[in-house]
Amino acid sequence: MDVLKTTLNNGLKVLLKEIHTTPIISHWLWVRAGSRDEGPGLSGVSHWVEHMQFKGTPLFPAGRLDKDISRDGGFWNAMTYIDWTAYFETMPADKVDLAIRLEADRLVNSAFDPQEVESERTVIISERQGNENNPMFLLDEDVQKAAFEQHAYQHEVIGRMADLETISRDDLYNHYKRFYVPNNAVLAMAGDFDSQLMLDRLRQLYETIPAGQAPQRPDAVEPVPVAERRVITRGPGETVFVKAAYRSLPATHPDFSALTVADSLLAGPSNLNMFSGGISNKTSRLYRRLVDGDLAVGVSGGLQATIDPFLYDITMVVHPERKPEEAITALDEELARLQESPPKPEELTRSVKQAQALFAYGSESITNQAFWLGFAEIFDSYAWFENYLERLAAVTPQDVQRVAQTYLHAQRRVLGIYQPDGLLESSGA
Amino acid sequence: MSTTAALSLSSIPGADDITRVVLQNGIVVLARENSNALSVTLRGYLPAGSLLDPDDKLGLADFVADALMRGTAKREFQAIYDAMESVGASFGFGSGTHTASFGGKSLTEDLPLLLDLLNEGLRAPQFPADQVEKLRAQLLTGLALRAQDTHDMASLVFEELVYRQHPYGRPESGHPETIGAITVDDLVAFHRLAYGPRGMVVAVVGGIPPENAVELVRASLEDWTNAEQTPVPELPDWEELPERIYKRHAIPGKSQSDLVIGTAGPPRLAPDFMAANLGNSILGRFGLMGRVGDAVREKAGMAYYAYSSLSGGTGPGAWDVAAGVNPANETKAIDLIFKELERFTGELVNEEELSDSQSNYVGSMPLSLESNSGVADAMLNIERYQLGLDYYRLYPQLIQSVTREQVREAAAKYLQVGKLAVAVAGPPRIEV
Repeated sequence: MDVLKTTLNNGLKVLLKEIHTTPIISHWLWVRAGSRDEGPGLSGVSHWVEHMQFKGTPLFPAGRLDKDISRDGGFWNAMTYIDWTAYFETMPADKVDLAIRLEADRLVNSAFDPQEVESERTVIISERQGNENNPMFLLDEDVQKAAFEQHAYQHEVIGRMADLETISRDDLYNHYKRFYVPNNAVLAMAGDFDSQLMLDRLRQLYETIPAGQAPQRPDAVEPVPVAERRVITRGPGETVFVKAAYRSLPATHPDFSALTVADSLLAGPSNLNMFSGGISNKTSRLYRRLVDGDLAVGVSGGLQATIDPFLYDITMVVHPERKPEEAITALDEELARLQESPPKPEELTRSVKQAQALFAYGSESITNQAFWLGFAEIFDSYAWFENYLERLAAVTPQDVQRVAQTYLHAQRRVLGIYQPDGLLESSGA
Repeated sequence: MSTTAALSLSSIPGADDITRVVLQNGIVVLARENSNALSVTLRGYLPAGSLLDPDDKLGLADFVADALMRGTAKREFQAIYDAMESVGASFGFGSGTHTASFGGKSLTEDLPLLLDLLNEGLRAPQFPADQVEKLRAQLLTGLALRAQDTHDMASLVFEELVYRQHPYGRPESGHPETIGAITVDDLVAFHRLAYGPRGMVVAVVGGIPPENAVELVRASLEDWTNAEQTPVPELPDWEELPERIYKRHAIPGKSQSDLVIGTAGPPRLAPDFMAANLGNSILGRFGLMGRVGDAVREKAGMAYYAYSSLSGGTGPGAWDVAAGVNPANETKAIDLIFKELERFTGELVNEEELSDSQSNYVGSMPLSLESNSGVADAMLNIERYQLGLDYYRLYPQLIQSVTREQVREAAAKYLQVGKLAVAVAGPPRIEV
C-alpha cells in the first residue's frame, strides 16, 4: 500500500499508511526537538518537556489522559532522543480518535503547572540517579562529553544534574512554545483506516492550530576531530568496559550505507527497529577476535541514524582476566585489517540478507511501521527507509574499505575506559 | 474509521485456527498461520529448569541451556552461528525455574534451519571444554554486574526473604561460587537426565501453513526418546511469613536505592488468580502505574518508577511492589507504599477503577497478539496451563465476570500487610 504524504496548511507534515491485517492503528506525533536543540544551562529540557506533556491540559487534565487511553486498551508512551521527541499511541482501530484528539490538544495546550513542574523535577532527578547506578551510563556520559567541543550532542538526553536542579518552569514552557508548533512536527499513522477519511479527520483537529515561527536552532559548528582523546571513568564494580566512539556520519551522507555494512561486518548488524529484536553477532569479525579470543566477554557496535554527525561506537566488556589495553590492541588490528583489504563479496551479501531479515521482523508490528514513517522523516524522508535495502545492496567491498579508512581511524575517536575503583564491599545493614 | 470489524474474533487465535498435534513421543506441536508474515517464529519449552539444580551447583540448568549452542555433534560453535547469522535468523535456549525454553525467528524459508538447530541443541550438544570456559567467564561477568545492580540485588534479597525454605528463593543464575563449581561432567549429566521429549511443547507461527509446520517438526523431533528423563520434582508448600521482614543490602558508590515489597501471590491456576490480576492492575499498573504510581511518582515526585507485578506461573510466584528512589527517601517511599497496600487490602476498589482495568485488559489483548511471537506466547500459555484453545476468545467474559469483592478477597488473602517482605538495595547508609 502506498503511503499518503501531505502537508497541512499550518505546515504539519502527515504520513498515512494503510495496513488492514489486524484492527489496530498506531498514531505518532514527532516534534523536531531533542538534546541537540538545548543551549547552556538547559540540558535535559527537551526530555523534561516530554514528561510535562503527561501532566495535563484544560481538556485532558492530569490523571485523565492516561486513564482514557488505558481504558480503551491503548499502548502508549513517549521518548526523547538527541534529535527528536516522539509520542505514540497504538489503539484498537475503533478507538484511535481519542489518541488524535489528545495529541492535537497537547501539542499546544499543556498547562505546565508550577507545582507539577516541581514534582516532576524530583522524578527526573530520580531517573538520572537510576541511570547513574549503571556503569555504562557513566562511561557514555564521559565519552559523549569528550567527543564534542561545541555541539549539544555533548550531553546525555536526560541532562546534567546541575541543570536539572535549576531549570525553571519558564525555561520549560518557553522550550515548549518554541518547538511545539505544527510546522516543526510530523504526524505518522499506520494501521486499519481509510487514508482519505483519516486525513479529513486530521485536518479538522490539527488545521485549527496556527503555524508558529520556525524554531531557531543552535548553529555551533563542531570541528572535525584531529587527535584521539582518552577518558577514564572510575566507579564501583569489578567489570571493565571499553568504548571506542568514532565521529560518525549524518544519516543522509552518501557513505552512511557503506558504514552500515562496515558495522555489520565488524560487530553484527545494528537493529534500527524500535519494536523488534535484533540478531546475534557471534560470527562478526570483532566477536571472533575478541570474544572467541578470550579478550572480552561481549562486544557490540552502535550506528544510529541522526541529523548531524553523532558517534559510531564499539563497546567491549573486557574479560575478567585480561587488560583493557589488550582488547584495544585487538580492536585496532581488526580495524586495520578492514582498512588494508576489502571484505569478500560474500560478506556483503550476508550483510544485506541480515538487513532484509531485520526488515521482515520489523514489518510484523504496526507500531514499528508507524515508527519508521515518522522517524525517517525527521532526519531525511520516508524514501530513506523505502530505499534502504537497495542502497545497502549497492555497497561494494571497496566502499567498505574506504569508509573504514576514512572514518574508523584513531584520530576520529574518543576511547573511554570504565575502570572499577575497587570500592566493592558487599555488606548487609 | 476502521475498515474491518473492530476486535473481530477471527483475528484472535482460537480452536478453529490453532493446530494442535501430539507426536508419538509426547511432544505437543502448536501451529498457526499468519499469511501476512514473511517470517516465522519458533518457540517452546521442556521441563528442564532450575528446580533440578543441586544446591551447591545453582545455575546449572541455566549453564546447560546456554551451552547447548556451543557445539553439537554436527557443527562447531562458529558453524552454528554462521548458518544462522548468514540468513539473518536468531535462535537460542534459556532456562527458568520450571522449564528450559527455546525461541527464534527467521525468514519463512529458513524454518528448516531453526528446526535443525533446535534438534541438534536438544539431542546432540557436545559441551566442548574451551566453549564451556568462555561461557563460564561470561556468566561470572553477568553475576559481577548483578552484584552492582541495585534493582537485581533488591529482587534477589526479596526472593530470599519470601521463599526461605522454598526453591523459588534460589537464584536461577546461581552465585559465583556455584558457577565456578560446575564441571563439564555436570553439564553432560544434567542434559542426559533432564532433556527429553516428555513435557515438551513447540509452537510455530508465521508465513507457513500449519500442516507444513507440524510435518517439519515431526520430521525433526518425533524419533527423539530419552528413557532416563527425570520427572520434575514436586514443589514443596510455601510457608507464609510470620511477620513483616526487612533487609537492606548495601552497594557502595550507588546514587539510587531500589526497593521491593511483597510476598507470594496466587499460582496461575488458582481460582482467584484473575481477581488478583485485575487487582494488581489497579494497585500498580493501570494508566501511569496504578495507585502506587500515582502516590509515589505522580503525587510525591519521589521515584521515576513505581509499579506492582504479579508473577502467576506454575507455583506461588511473587506479588510485589517495586520502586527506585533517592536513598534519603527510602523510608518515606516504603510508608507510602504500605499506606496504599493497607487501602488496597482493606477497602473495596471502586467501580470505576475495576471497570477501567477490565476495559484495558479486553481492549489491549489484540495488541498483544499482533506479532508472530505474541501469538506463539499465547498458544504456549494456553498449553502450559491447559486453558483451552478458545481461551483468548472467551477472555473478555472471564475478565468482565470479576467483582470488586473478589478483588478485595484476593488482595486481603495474599497481601497481608503484617506479613510482607521489604528488600532494599542501595548505597550504604550515612550514620549521623
